[in-house]
Amino acid sequence: MEPRHEHPHVPGPSIWPVGFAVGVVALLVGFVVNWAIVVVGALIAAAFGFLWVRDLARRRGLTKAPAVEPERRDGRAETDGRLAPSPPTYGRSAFLELSTLGLGGVIGALVSLPVFGFMILPAFLKQKAGSHDLGPVTDYPEGEFVVATFMSRPEQGKVSRRTAFVRNNGPVNGRPSFTIISNHCAHLGCPVQPNTAVPAAHKEYQDVTLTALPTPPSGFSCPCHGGAYDIEGNRIAGPPVRALDRYAFSIRNGHLYLEAPFSVSHVDGSGSTAEIHKFPFAFPGEHVSGAEAWLYPIQPPH
Amino acid sequence: MASRPTPYERIMYPVDWLEERSGLVGGLRYFLFRKVPADTNWFQTLGSATLTAFIVQALTGSILAMYYKPEPQQAYSSITHITNDIWAGWLVRGMHRWGASVFIILMFLHMGRVFLFGAYKYPRELNWIIGVLLLALGLAEGFTGYLLPWDQTSYWATVVGININGTAPFLGPFLAQFLQGGTYINPDTLSRFYAIHMLLLPGAIFALIGLHLYLVVRLGVTSPPWSKHPAGSGPTTPEPQPPRTGLTRPAPRRSARG
Repeated sequence: MEPRHEHPHVPGPSIWPVGFAVGVVALLVGFVVNWAIVVVGALIAAAFGFLWVRDLARRRGLTKAPAVEPERRDGRAETDGRLAPSPPTYGRSAFLELSTLGLGGVIGALVSLPVFGFMILPAFLKQKAGSHDLGPVTDYPEGEFVVATFMSRPEQGKVSRRTAFVRNNGPVNGRPSFTIISNHCAHLGCPVQPNTAVPAAHKEYQDVTLTALPTPPSGFSCPCHGGAYDIEGNRIAGPPVRALDRYAFSIRNGHLYLEAPFSVSHVDGSGSTAEIHKFPFAFPGEHVSGAEAWLYPIQPPH
Repeated sequence: MASRPTPYERIMYPVDWLEERSGLVGGLRYFLFRKVPADTNWFQTLGSATLTAFIVQALTGSILAMYYKPEPQQAYSSITHITNDIWAGWLVRGMHRWGASVFIILMFLHMGRVFLFGAYKYPRELNWIIGVLLLALGLAEGFTGYLLPWDQTSYWATVVGININGTAPFLGPFLAQFLQGGTYINPDTLSRFYAIHMLLLPGAIFALIGLHLYLVVRLGVTSPPWSKHPAGSGPTTPEPQPPRTGLTRPAPRRSARG
């Protein structure tokens, strides 16, 4: 056994190590900033290091380590062989536990919140699609459907390929009228097809491919689960919960521009006189009208 | 007098060294040779079969990741490269592809065994819950892995799968948009599914399997329902152990010549 109450000699309080540390820091900073600071730092470190070592070598400043009263587990001090009357109500160990957990939690949150934000937020920010040039209006003969495929975000490559069914309804009150139906099935997003022969002949314009349909389709149908739509995109059979989505459009410099998509519950009438029941763009399978629409109170920003 | 160590002792020295510093050898012995009911059944090997299937998935998946490229222009061609050009690539990919189904099937069979044996009852409810989480994570592995070949089947199956998620009430649309990393499937969707498939989910599965096994060892194995031994009828006091010189080897027998 070690003898009890051993008091090892330890260095007493000294200012020299502080100066030594300052010198080392200056030296390291100097490596990055300026060689002159390296020299200054080295001189400071050497001077204070010399003073420190000299003190230790002369055993000056050595002091006896203070005797430490052994701590009792219940935190109560022993005096005259009797326990102190009442324990502290808020002990040091409880404080240390709470502050360790609290500080750990704060540090953990500081580190992890930006990381989880990076994981989640980009999917919801800057998602608004810009307008897309679909070529000269003259490429869309009046009263005919044209299948237009395009890269919604050309920088993403073919994975951004979208298809719209475009019909020029002719001018209404001197303003052009277009019906532009998205090919995303309103059931679960599979690509719907026009119910007619689709010829191979097509016209290309930048990233847009145009295929005019010589025979007007009787409607649209989905290959995945049998959803069927009429020529205006109204659901007529199968599992879809609403009509096909549509795109807004604009005409600039004689070109047809595709604007933001929107969702449609149903369409009354047809062509340029159709009454479109329009709703904010929703994911496939979501009701936009009726009681079930209450299941989707807020939409993520599209 | 120091006698020359026998060959057995020579072999056991490093094991003793390891055991003295870590306790791992004793822990492994405890894990492998712990007491189980005498009438355990072959059906109770389904859990370790599931574990084996998962280890096969983790191993083959790690090796496939050395050749696979999660980028829309290259994903499909890297898959055909693995299958057709790389030596035994068809085998490793096939193991991973079919092993995925084996893993899911074994999970269901294991679950059925636990249910029919009543092994989900007190005190093993927590292990049932962990098992259900593992089943969900396993299914999520299947969903995220299905997109990676990046062919028409996987693409449209994932479109449909994500949109099914989107139809969930209230948070569904947000979940769908998070999963595809935007309003539509885009290049980020592929790398996102890849990261989830090979980092997030396997990490969580490994951790939960550890917890699952810890509870199996701690709570013991159930007897089959037809067991004739009443519960708790086994010996409760440990059997006396012979004295040991090392931590793992028994005291050497003294020869008659001494």
